[in-house]
Amino acid sequence: MELIKPGMQIPFTQYRYIAIAISSVVNLLVLILLFTKGPLLGVDFAGGTVAQLKFSKPVSIPEIRNALGELGAGDTVIQDFGQEGSNEFLVRLQRTSVQLGELGEEIKARLTKQFGSNGFEVRRIESVGPKVGKELREKGAWSVIAATIMMGVYIWFRFELRFGLGAVVALVHDVLVTVGALLIANYEFDLTIIAALLTVVGYSVNDTVIVCDRVRENMRKIKRVTLENVINTSINETLSRTIITTGTAILVLVALFILGGGVIRPFAFALLVGFFSGVYSTIFIATPVVLLWEKRAVARK
Amino acid sequence: MRQSVLTRAVIFAIAILAAIIYLVPTFVSPLPSWWSSFLPTDRINLGLDLQGGSHLVLGVKVDKAIENNVERMRGDLTNVLREKGVSGVSVERVGTQIQVKVAATNAERVRGILKSDFGHLVEAKTPQTTGGISEFYLTLSKEELRSLRDYAVDQSLETIRNRIDQFGVSEPIIQREGQENILIQLPGIQDPERAKEIIGKTALLEFKLVDDAVNVEDAIKNGPPPGRQVLYGHAGKGEGLAAEKQAYVLESRPLMTGEYIQDARVRPAEQLHGASVELILNASGARLFEQITAANVKRRLAIVLDNRVYSAPVIQERIGGGRASITGNFDIKEARDLSIVLRAGALPAPVEILEERTVGPSLGSDSIRQGVISFVVGSSLVIVFMIVYYRGAGAIADVALLFHILFLLAILAALKAVLTMPGIAGIVLIAGMAVDANVLINERIREELRAGRTPRSAIEAGYQHAMPAIIDTNVTTFLSGLILFQFGTGPIKGFAVTLCVGILTTVVTAVYMSRIYYDYRAMKGKLKRISI
Repeated sequence: MELIKPGMQIPFTQYRYIAIAISSVVNLLVLILLFTKGPLLGVDFAGGTVAQLKFSKPVSIPEIRNALGELGAGDTVIQDFGQEGSNEFLVRLQRTSVQLGELGEEIKARLTKQFGSNGFEVRRIESVGPKVGKELREKGAWSVIAATIMMGVYIWFRFELRFGLGAVVALVHDVLVTVGALLIANYEFDLTIIAALLTVVGYSVNDTVIVCDRVRENMRKIKRVTLENVINTSINETLSRTIITTGTAILVLVALFILGGGVIRPFAFALLVGFFSGVYSTIFIATPVVLLWEKRAVARK
Repeated sequence: MRQSVLTRAVIFAIAILAAIIYLVPTFVSPLPSWWSSFLPTDRINLGLDLQGGSHLVLGVKVDKAIENNVERMRGDLTNVLREKGVSGVSVERVGTQIQVKVAATNAERVRGILKSDFGHLVEAKTPQTTGGISEFYLTLSKEELRSLRDYAVDQSLETIRNRIDQFGVSEPIIQREGQENILIQLPGIQDPERAKEIIGKTALLEFKLVDDAVNVEDAIKNGPPPGRQVLYGHAGKGEGLAAEKQAYVLESRPLMTGEYIQDARVRPAEQLHGASVELILNASGARLFEQITAANVKRRLAIVLDNRVYSAPVIQERIGGGRASITGNFDIKEARDLSIVLRAGALPAPVEILEERTVGPSLGSDSIRQGVISFVVGSSLVIVFMIVYYRGAGAIADVALLFHILFLLAILAALKAVLTMPGIAGIVLIAGMAVDANVLINERIREELRAGRTPRSAIEAGYQHAMPAIIDTNVTTFLSGLILFQFGTGPIKGFAVTLCVGILTTVVTAVYMSRIYYDYRAMKGKLKRISI
């Protein structure tokens, strides 16, 4: 079976200005969203407490809210969690007057009063102090930035500086698109999201590597054509493997997203978006940056 | 070539066998006894998020330990100055500094004593002399501070380890994290609240005399006189007489602390009293206790734990034998927990819980089920896709994928890796990435075939030309995995480990293993046609 017929020549590079314009607008919107709405921070980063509760009978969110009463100094967020009809809820407390370690007991005590000790189960409780959260947040952000730069340096070292730059711009794009999708989908940012972003960085650069590898090969083979031509040929020649390698990863991610449960869902979602974006950015962002850089270099001469 | 195919096949057969052997302990339990005598018993362990348990990060308040130490230093200094007959000095603690005020005429003597007897104290500021009074500001030297800090954290760690051992948790992990934090993992723990209670208690036991000459109300209203303090009573959970929130005026200086405790035992409840804890002091403690009681007959001796007065009985007579008991209206559980912390000793500084993650066992088994289902479904999708798209070559990639999974799990077992939910997600994800190398190779082979090569040379060229991209793509993913490993904690580390190990095994199985198959066919002369 063949997805992409050999000899296909889509003039991808011709669309580069439109693509760059669209992507710039998208990225700008993400940045605006990031700084206005701000990310929904999970307990890992914001501090506070999250408890996952499972009830034996169907209960409503107001009932739970009633039973818990005034626990926290800030808002108490209660939301559905897990599969439909599993009666599972996630309770988020921003800051609490109760000491960190004692909150679990307090929640248990209040729910027992309302639902009886067999009526519910505290399946998970996570509390993170504000100091830890801030530290993790900073470390997380830095690790994503460091990974992005490292990818650029690696490609610079293996290929050329301009390819490295192209890769970095493409990765920044992928990370921003992923972050934007998470913002819109209202997923919380926590440690697993950082893991997902780092994986996106490490994996979506693969397509760029594949194209760069082909560009290098073609530059040796075909002389006396423009760089743009070489790049376009290379993208077309490698298109099927770009799509299939990412495609197989997307197959398993869809399985994870649907079947992996509530804890993994945001993680799988972030990877799905990031990998899709990775294919797009390889074709429409990374290589145009190489071309732009080339033009500048020529102009300077 | 015949030689090389055979050699490689044998090497892989051995590797597969080794992998299976390494996986047996993970899936077979109990192991037959002959197994453990000469074969590996390491296995993949489930992380706390999968088997249930508590993960705690405690912060040791080392500043408090430093303050205590400076306070002790101040006491020593006062005594030494008094012994040496230096009169007219005042020695006060200001935060973590000691302020010494002395008549200027005595300043040289004080300086001499400081130099000879208190070498680890350094001057925080240059001394000042105003109106015939010299002021020294002393503080602990940098080295002293550092070793004190280390000591406080290490000692806390040791004490907490003792307590957890006595509490009875199987395979706990207790280790220092960073400068001042302690990481504790308690797998499968049933009652996390109680565990926290035991771990977090400072358990500083002090014996202090009650000063009945001072009126308690006055002391509360106007502040206690110098050298005295007001502490409140402890209200226990046990039945019997409810302990009132009674206030006591105590001499601040403890006569004795819990460091002399050799053992602590629970004594069951008697009428009107809850359970109590009997302390057995070691030899020097017994001697000291005897001296203290002899010197203070008819006075009240308060037993203070973490600044709560548990009881303040009147000393009737000299008490020998080194036994004392703490009553406090405990229920039996409370008394048992108290005996544990007293036996294990006090923490050198208070601790606070910075992070807590507790997962119940039912959530863990749900997660495992969901992880396994998504793994089976996800990898099946990939396997079917590869066969549909590449037919024969796809099937070879699928076989390589299965071997990759075998190797990945075997290496995780050999590393005694901890499998977490993100770790399972990593295994699932890697299944989707594992065939990437085969995709690159197969696409290249197709290209070479289109260019008119024979199958045999197309395969040769396909592997050769796909290699640089395979190496580069895997290096980048591996690098990001390494960064994640550096950054991550707990479950995330599990993901990073599966990612990194998985990258290595995919390269081995997808590239070298599949190649053996083609080379074998070429050797047999059966490579006229290939299915790709």
